Amino acid sequence: MNPFGYVQAGNDVSALSYKVQQAGSLFLAGGTCIVDLLTQGALRPPFLIDINALPLRAITLQDDNSLIIGALASNSAVAHHPSVLSGYPVLSESILAGASAQIRNAASIGGNLLQKTRCYYYRDPSFACNKRTPGSGCPAITGANRMHAIFGTSEQCIAVHPSDMAVGLSALDAAIHTESSRGKRQIAIDDFFLLPGDTPDRETILEQDELITAVEIPATPFARKSNYLKVRDRSSYAFALVSVAGAVVFEGNSVKEIRLSAGGVAHKPWRLQEAEQTLLGRALEEGVIARAMESAVAGAKTYRQNAVKVDLLKRCVRLMLHRFREMA
Amino acid sequence: MNKLTRDTPVGTEPVEITLFVNGEERRIAVEPDVTLVDAIRDRLDMLGTKVGCAHGQCGACTVLINGERRYSCITLAVMHDGHHIQTIEGVEDNGQLHPLQQAFIDHDAFQCGFCTPGQIMSGLGLLREGHVQNEDDMREEMSGNLCRCAAYQHITAAIWEVHERQDEPGVRLSEQREELLAAGGRVR
Ligand SMILES: Cc1cc2nc3c(=O)[nH]c(=O)nc-3n(C[C@H](O)[C@H](O)[C@H](O)COP(=O)(O)OP(=O)(O)OC[C@H]3O[C@@H](n4cnc5c(N)ncnc54)[C@H](O)[C@@H]3O)c2cc1C
Ligand code: FES
Ligand code: FES
Repeated sequence: MNPFGYVQAGNDVSALSYKVQQAGSLFLAGGTCIVDLLTQGALRPPFLIDINALPLRAITLQDDNSLIIGALASNSAVAHHPSVLSGYPVLSESILAGASAQIRNAASIGGNLLQKTRCYYYRDPSFACNKRTPGSGCPAITGANRMHAIFGTSEQCIAVHPSDMAVGLSALDAAIHTESSRGKRQIAIDDFFLLPGDTPDRETILEQDELITAVEIPATPFARKSNYLKVRDRSSYAFALVSVAGAVVFEGNSVKEIRLSAGGVAHKPWRLQEAEQTLLGRALEEGVIARAMESAVAGAKTYRQNAVKVDLLKRCVRLMLHRFREMA
Repeated sequence: MNKLTRDTPVGTEPVEITLFVNGEERRIAVEPDVTLVDAIRDRLDMLGTKVGCAHGQCGACTVLINGERRYSCITLAVMHDGHHIQTIEGVEDNGQLHPLQQAFIDHDAFQCGFCTPGQIMSGLGLLREGHVQNEDDMREEMSGNLCRCAAYQHITAAIWEVHERQDEPGVRLSEQREELLAAGGRVR
């Protein structure tokens, strides 16, 4: 590990001021992502700002039934919270589908959103990587790319965002609350994450000196009927090859509102808006489902080893819609 | 040497922290880049906690931190100043094996034994969490501990047996001991 300086920030103001003072410093929450990358030498910050003493752990159901989750709430605390289990099952399921109990106990919600890609080249500093070292190249495009993206890639980067929880949050139209010396803001999750484009090192619209303070999930009618489905190489403790989060409201037998979001396929949770459109106002019959499956993969671009993701995504969409049909 | 204090930045040199390890107050000097498992093994000379992968992928380094199971290889020692760390060395009580340790013996739940301290600490964490309803849940909740010898059937049998007996006295890490730990007292 490259040596670094360290501080335990006592409050948000001091945390943000260290971030400005210490060039290249990083916030440290659960550490499950960052400490691993430090030991691999993929990250070499000169200074870490431990934010664990900040009062950002509360999980609060608001009067209007929206849910505010503090950025430092642990993944386990959120997944097992009674309001989450009853009101937002897809959030609980997507968290529990990720990592292991030990990691979920340590990992924070903010850290989960900002976790780094599992691209092998990014994590191994002996390889080039435009995300880690801009301009050095992307060996994944012609190399080992079975886990990589099929949507929204660029010639600079084809990495995927590995978070399961973020996919669940994207199906719930969550917003990210942040704070910096310029004030507070709320960012819709779909605007929060960026596609790689020409700057794959920039993964979100968060500024250098901006802290995530909370995640807010609006009170949506569809959150109760929601579900997460994950395909992976072993049945637990593995990252998604493809996943789908879905939430639905029916009117009679037909779909009144629906959200579908896919994981493991892009640099951000990938909303399947075209597929959603094909389903609105319709009963979930096989013909309708088949059209949604095709819409879900429209525009996919595959690489040497990951063409299987197109088929997996279609099947995940079908299985999700079958599950929904049983709930109608 | 400087004690670690909130809002006082430290450089790359060692700083003093306090860990309550199995109930005992231990002051150690660590550089910020020392992982918790390295502090436990190299600075405290407690070799029960193992390192399999050092990347959060195998569970060998599982300890309880303030009662919660976590990997000690992907967390820094400085992050745990003032925390209670329970390791495999602190599981037996005055020379008596904990029921989960006994169950591992009864079920022949190890071959080489390298993963065993992590499996037992993880099993204890699982019992405390109380999220497990059935054997499938238990297997899922134990997926963070790999066994290179693939003794899984026996490991899960041992944990399930103790899970089913968890209301018996002394099965969840003894309550008295826990109170002491929570109060920061000495147990050993
Ligand atoms: C073996 C293994 C398997 C895993 N499997 C899965 C899986 O299947 N699915 C899945 O989704 N995840 C998985 N994970 C990843 C895990 O979910 C993340 O490591 C974890 O959520 C990160 O949270 P943390 O609090 O530990 O983050 P940290 O490591 O503390 O931080 C991560 C990043 O976020 C930044 N950060 C943290 N908090 C804030 C904040 N409040 N404001 C601004 N910046 C912040 C940090 O600076 C850092 O860049 C796995 C991890 C491991 C090691
Ligand atoms: S050594 Fe920590 S998880 Fe493998
Ligand atoms: S008994 Fe050998 S690794 Fe588990």
